[in-house]
Amino acid sequence: MKSNNFFYLFKEGFKGVFQHGFMSFAAVVVTLACLLVIGSCSALLYNVNEIVDRESRNAKIVVYINDTYSQAEARSVGSQINMIENVQQSTFVTREQALADFVAGQEDVYAGVDPQTIQDRFVVTLEDNSLMRQTVPLLQAITGVSEVEAPFDLAENFGTLQHILQIVSLAIVALLLVVSLLIISNTVKLAMYDRRDEIAIMKMVGATNGFIRFPFVVEGLTLGIIGAALAFFIEWGLYNTLVKWIAGMNNFNLLELVSFDELLVPMVATFGAAGIFVGLFGSFTSIRKFLDV
Amino acid sequence: MIEFIDVVKTYNMGTTALQGVTMSIEDGEFAFLVGPSGSGKSTIIKLITGEIKPTEGSVHVNDFQLESIKRREIPYLRRSVGVVFQNFRLIANKTVYENVAFAMRVIGARNKEIRKRVPYVLRLVGLEGKERRHPSELSGGEQQRVAIARALVNNPSMIIADEPTGNLDPARSYEIMMLLEEINNLGTTVLVVTHERELVERFTKRVIAIDEGRVISDGMDGYYHYEEQ
Repeated sequence: MKSNNFFYLFKEGFKGVFQHGFMSFAAVVVTLACLLVIGSCSALLYNVNEIVDRESRNAKIVVYINDTYSQAEARSVGSQINMIENVQQSTFVTREQALADFVAGQEDVYAGVDPQTIQDRFVVTLEDNSLMRQTVPLLQAITGVSEVEAPFDLAENFGTLQHILQIVSLAIVALLLVVSLLIISNTVKLAMYDRRDEIAIMKMVGATNGFIRFPFVVEGLTLGIIGAALAFFIEWGLYNTLVKWIAGMNNFNLLELVSFDELLVPMVATFGAAGIFVGLFGSFTSIRKFLDV
Repeated sequence: MIEFIDVVKTYNMGTTALQGVTMSIEDGEFAFLVGPSGSGKSTIIKLITGEIKPTEGSVHVNDFQLESIKRREIPYLRRSVGVVFQNFRLIANKTVYENVAFAMRVIGARNKEIRKRVPYVLRLVGLEGKERRHPSELSGGEQQRVAIARALVNNPSMIIADEPTGNLDPARSYEIMMLLEEINNLGTTVLVVTHERELVERFTKRVIAIDEGRVISDGMDGYYHYEEQ
């Protein structure tokens, strides 16, 4: 393509956005609405996943140390525990601290219990609780470990719940994406149908398909990006408002949403990619049938 | 030049529009193609512009062999044939200047060439001073002049005018025909498809008459060789 044509066609594409005002408006609004629904659903599902993930971290393993070990010896076992790949964190709890935690609030009932009757221990959290059954034997094999107490049922139930949530999330987002693409593609098709005479005239004066398609693609791309950018900023504003509102209501921290910063990169990537894809795909496919003149 | 040799065109639904048409229009000629509705005139235009391919026979237009033309060559065929339609077919949201310049853009002409050529062609068709108007601000005759300017601007060797006066009053029709004759005098081949008997008889030109998909007469005497049904 010659450079003077390239700039001309680019300009024509941009002009088209404004010349076909109502159709452009419709395409932007439909893209925006669809992406807002997808974005809000994704953010909601991401938060639900995060909450479940946070709760699943409560499934902690307790590693009891041989009661013949001194406190210093017991503490040194920690380095071997931390060497196991799936271990995220291990916290040493002395027998005194363990007893204090146990009797907290009922000191009079347990008065006189000697800390020496219980063991020093490590409270271990795992990177991946679904691998708890494989990790526990590794902990048991460490010299100085007398017993390992692992909440297999809790971890596995959370694992199943997370797995189901992930599948449901993916299915909902995929479904919304397909529906949105169909709606957006139909809107773009309608815009193209509106201009079929113009395309036929271009063909009649000897325009190549590439020459005709280029401004339409620039136009589609511009509309897609405008829709995606608007959807992103609205999503950002709505989400932050919701986070502040919940934080104001939620004195006991029962519900804590992840900050938008955490969603920023995936949201920008998804919205950007969706806007570009929708613009390109919509204009490219919908113009094809009108080029057959 | 245009050359049809034993051309048969049958559409998918089984209608045979042309039944062995043979005719030839040489470079620089002015010819009328006449015939009643449904006689096959539109099919001939569609064949010349590469919209459809012949079922049998051979069609040669300028340097293109149309029964075997490749899809990617069709735009180049159309650039060598300027087409004028009954309903003008101008782009409504472009000005007169832009409608004409557009045809030059299509062939990748430089801005400098466009700025030079478009005003010249608009002057030639009598539209000087109306460059910035939109088609809706022009009369039918003026719109047809824009269409002729667009067809002319790339200096095609041939202009095909499909019922160019169908939407015009007799005075405007005569002006348009005069303009086409002037263009022919400058060396461009002109083929006018029409069923306006009076107009054909005012110009002493070659008349090719077709009916039911066949050439029924081809003469230089300007006589309108078929009876209106």
